[in-house]
Amino acid sequence: MFHYLYETIKKSWVLTEMEARKLLHDPTELISRAVQPILWLGIFGEALSKVRAIPTGGFTYLQFITPGILTQSVVFVAIFYGLYIIMDRDTGILQKLLVTPTPRLALVWGKMLSAGLRGLCQALIVFIFAIILGVQLNISLWSILGVIVIVLLGAAVFTGISMIIASIVKTRERFMGIGQVITLPLFFASNAIYPIAIMPTWLQVVANINPLSYMVDGLRALMLTNTSAGVGFDIFILAVVALGISMISAWMYPKVVI
Amino acid sequence: MEPPKTASIIDIKNLTKRFGDFAAVGDVSFGVERGEIFACLGPNGAGKSTLIKMLITLLKPTDGDATIDGHDIVHHSAEVRNTIGYVPQSISVDGTLTAYENLMLFARLYDIPRAARKTRIQETLEFLNLQGHANALVRTFSGGMIRKMEIGQAMLHRPKVLFLDEPTTGLDPIAQQSVWGHLADLRKTMGTTIFFSTHNMEEADGVSDRVAVMNQGKVAVIGTVPELKEKTGKPNATLEDAFIFFSGNNMSDTGNFRDIRRMRQTEKRLG
Repeated sequence: MFHYLYETIKKSWVLTEMEARKLLHDPTELISRAVQPILWLGIFGEALSKVRAIPTGGFTYLQFITPGILTQSVVFVAIFYGLYIIMDRDTGILQKLLVTPTPRLALVWGKMLSAGLRGLCQALIVFIFAIILGVQLNISLWSILGVIVIVLLGAAVFTGISMIIASIVKTRERFMGIGQVITLPLFFASNAIYPIAIMPTWLQVVANINPLSYMVDGLRALMLTNTSAGVGFDIFILAVVALGISMISAWMYPKVVI
Repeated sequence: MEPPKTASIIDIKNLTKRFGDFAAVGDVSFGVERGEIFACLGPNGAGKSTLIKMLITLLKPTDGDATIDGHDIVHHSAEVRNTIGYVPQSISVDGTLTAYENLMLFARLYDIPRAARKTRIQETLEFLNLQGHANALVRTFSGGMIRKMEIGQAMLHRPKVLFLDEPTTGLDPIAQQSVWGHLADLRKTMGTTIFFSTHNMEEADGVSDRVAVMNQGKVAVIGTVPELKEKTGKPNATLEDAFIFFSGNNMSDTGNFRDIRRMRQTEKRLG
């Protein structure tokens, strides 16, 4: 049991390190991904701050949506990450990895951590741009550590969901179609750009089971307030969901090669 | 505990894989000897890939069993995975990593001890004549070099059996020769058993010790190339004649859309 866990962590790390090397060889992907959060903050955020129609609990609207936009940019990376499973299958990399003695779970965690790494790069960009826009953020060692944990867990949850979808639909075309269909509802049915309290009741139910809301909630507490009340609960929920989804995913994704 | 050493390194008994009513592999039994270069010859859709997928633990058989170096492919898949190397038909190296990184990834996944990794990678690069390209991104490589890299990844941990799915599809004749030169060397220096599938008659004819002709999920006949030719009863029979004689099929009329598309994509990438 301990040996299995040790092996899984070790191999996940190897796979993640190789992903990091790919990013170092060709960082253009990171730069192009930076555009979207910058547009959301710089245009959408700036424009809606003038309206003052949304109750943001004492914060400026830009402050309010900065954690939301950070969450969105991490989730958008992760939710399309399952595409790599299909691409690796179409080449032959996945088959070759599956024939090595690597635990199935390590391949899932490796992908989750790799998406998390990209998510952290996104977080850095959002932080820098928010500071440029003059958004007041609570920056301390603890808040930054907390942000890192939530970004990694959130990326893990949505990468896992994405891998499960990939192992069901099996082709790039269908995967991209489903990815497009679920990303916006996921984003809008959450507390990312407006509080849950102003939603109609049915949407509040959806927003409350949406893991994205827990990411935003935790990040908002860490980035805007000095109190970390509720952050532990958000992290707990994300960790449990990530663990459950990674098990389902480890069981399902090897079927994609058949 | 050391597994009982059977004479055959690959021992297949009544192996069957059904997808619904369709038997992709139907009741196949044969053995492959240690150190043999064994070709599984047949048209696309004959069941070669399905057979290999079962042997390399990617697919569970519906019925029957098989052992590799004494390890059962279903119940001892972990031991089987440590015993074998696999080179899929499509490209299995990562173009966005360097040759060295591609090999390092597999050295670590196969648990080669840290102290031995660098020398093992160096030896592998030298063995494949790629030592000058260690730090180049693999996407800059030619088709032959890519195939050699894939073989390098699959032999790093010194497997007893190397499985190759259509190893030279899409390679030009010179690259084909070079790849087979290295595979023959591998067998000579390390005694590696080589099991490959192909739809290319000349390839099977030139390099293999024995050939299993597969058609519609069954093994039509097994033997050395001269034996198969002789059995057709024609004095100047080619392996193609033998194939038609044993399977009653013309090779070129078979294969489904997905197989053909994948094969052509591989050809395009390697070419």
